[in-house]
Amino acid sequence: MKIYVPMDAAAKALGADRVAEAIARETAARGIEAEIVRNGTRGMIWLEPLVEIEHDGERLAYGPIAAADVPALLDGRIDTLGPVAEIPFFARQTRLTFARCGLTDPLSLADYAAHGGLEGLDRALAMSGEAIIDEVKLSGLRGRGGAGFPTGIKWDTVRLAHAPQKYIVCNADEGDSGTFADRMLMEGDPFTLIEGMTIAGLGVGATQGYVYIRSEYPDAIRVMRRAVEIARGAGVLGADLRGSGRAFDMEVRVGAGAYVCGEETSLLNSLEGKRGVVRAKPPLPALEGFLGRPTVVNNVISLATVPVIFARGAAQYAQFGLGRSKGTMPIQIAGNVKYGGLFETAFGMPLGTLVNEIAGGTASGRPVKAVQVGGPLGAYLHPDQFDTPFGYEEFDGQKALIGHAGLVVFDDSADMRAMARFAMEFCAVESCGKCTPCRIGAVRGVETIDRIAAGEAAAVELLTDLCEVMQDGSLCALGGFTPFPVMSALRHFPEDFATRKEAAE
Amino acid sequence: MPTHALPAPEEVAGLIAPLEALEGPLLPMLHRVQETYGYLPQTAHDPLCKAAGITRAELAGVISFYHDFKDAPQGRHVLRICRAEACQSMGGAGLAERLLAKLGLDWHGTTPDGRVTVEPVYCLGLCACAPAVMVDDTLVGRADEARVASALAEVRA
Repeated sequence: MKIYVPMDAAAKALGADRVAEAIARETAARGIEAEIVRNGTRGMIWLEPLVEIEHDGERLAYGPIAAADVPALLDGRIDTLGPVAEIPFFARQTRLTFARCGLTDPLSLADYAAHGGLEGLDRALAMSGEAIIDEVKLSGLRGRGGAGFPTGIKWDTVRLAHAPQKYIVCNADEGDSGTFADRMLMEGDPFTLIEGMTIAGLGVGATQGYVYIRSEYPDAIRVMRRAVEIARGAGVLGADLRGSGRAFDMEVRVGAGAYVCGEETSLLNSLEGKRGVVRAKPPLPALEGFLGRPTVVNNVISLATVPVIFARGAAQYAQFGLGRSKGTMPIQIAGNVKYGGLFETAFGMPLGTLVNEIAGGTASGRPVKAVQVGGPLGAYLHPDQFDTPFGYEEFDGQKALIGHAGLVVFDDSADMRAMARFAMEFCAVESCGKCTPCRIGAVRGVETIDRIAAGEAAAVELLTDLCEVMQDGSLCALGGFTPFPVMSALRHFPEDFATRKEAAE
Repeated sequence: MPTHALPAPEEVAGLIAPLEALEGPLLPMLHRVQETYGYLPQTAHDPLCKAAGITRAELAGVISFYHDFKDAPQGRHVLRICRAEACQSMGGAGLAERLLAKLGLDWHGTTPDGRVTVEPVYCLGLCACAPAVMVDDTLVGRADEARVASALAEVRA
């Protein structure tokens, strides 16, 4: 008997370790021979801990399971949710990047290979660097971290640069509220990130990689470190990749609690052991990155999507999506929702479908007031904008961004002026201090919103002006994008900014 | 278990020596020193500067930049409460207020007996089961006062 209990951090935060212990105890007491596999999460967080029991080769899901439910579970007195693939939230997805997450034992390389892992790498090992990059270009893959820059073009810049050493740096500093795809993937299917980074190394001629993981993710750090050791031990990393004579190795590095280090140039400074302040561009990191050498800096999901592109072919990947937003996006549904979790789907699904159907509306049962898409620097969208298809250009057209595809839903109890103030306050706390619009502007932004709250209606114009300065004058996205949540709150929810005096009139 | 006595510089030098060959070794060194002593003692500064080839001013600049690095001992246990938007949408701000009031602390404060330090955190990646807190390395999703109290009791804080 095989029993799956996720070891994903969210499942653990909801009691998965205790459930696994109870299963071990109960099966031993009953003399049942059971193998407990600690898989990743299937991404349906409202069902976590989601336990799967294998019967005659079929895995049946049960959830949420508490430790106290385990005797009843083993007695067969708990109704099954059926196979995971038949649960509607899961059935509606197109899982490419997350195909293995929750299915396999994250630290079993054999399990990984049995589910299609390493096929992409083996194909890439037979290709030239140029052919590898052509394949990535053909797939249409754009940076999944938020910027949406074409991955193949970035890689080509590094490939064509001349230097004695090049690097692949994975940005795993996923600090945006409402996003957890990087964490889930590193905890649930770490080898796919390793494989993707290795293919990137082969493409551009880099032999060394770093994964920079934020310190707030201790589980992801532990799993990634172990996975790197296992991959190295099996010749998937190292001096002789799969017996090809080609080399690539990597190391896991840990951040130290600075949101701005998710900005690629700050991350590079941090990796070098410096203050994580942003660098002015140019020079591009692709030409002068880590230690001044050509460096690919990509987000976890971008790199982890590369293996499936190589395993199935770029053309097949590119057939999914909408316009210039090709392929699938792991959308993270969070906040005040009935069904929170990870939903991977082709670009193009309207925002309202995601919020009302997939997420099932709010957990509180109250009406949806706003959805912040793309993290703390993303705009708040109003239900009037719910027909916007999920895509880079379509969101841009709404003065919004998809960022790392996190959706945070708020019910009608949310105070949008308070949320706008929080955005400015967050920017002030996390600003690296290098440029004035962000460092000073954020502090002034908090003060200006307080003036609006105190009844000074003219301060609205000042806030608008300040946001323009921050947007145009900041060196990086922290100062440059903070106006998105602030201005969208002001634009779509003016009633929350009405002063007490106006409200009285 | 971290101790709070000032370590000898030679001891720190020995601790970080194996990391000197890394490319960009300073952050791993700072993490190792802090994991060992619970904070970054003054006596660690000279060996760190020497190993990383930087001045004391540069080192101070790096330490002060990052929220994680502490120049004084913290409480024996750290309660991190998420203040980010997803947790706010599920009543995180109210929960934080109640927890702070119960402990009699403000953000970054430590109880007088040195048991618990409270730190704000902006996202633990548990946004689909918000609000979230972290007690040392233990994560709590769908946190409420009772669940946080039991997590604190479990680490005997």
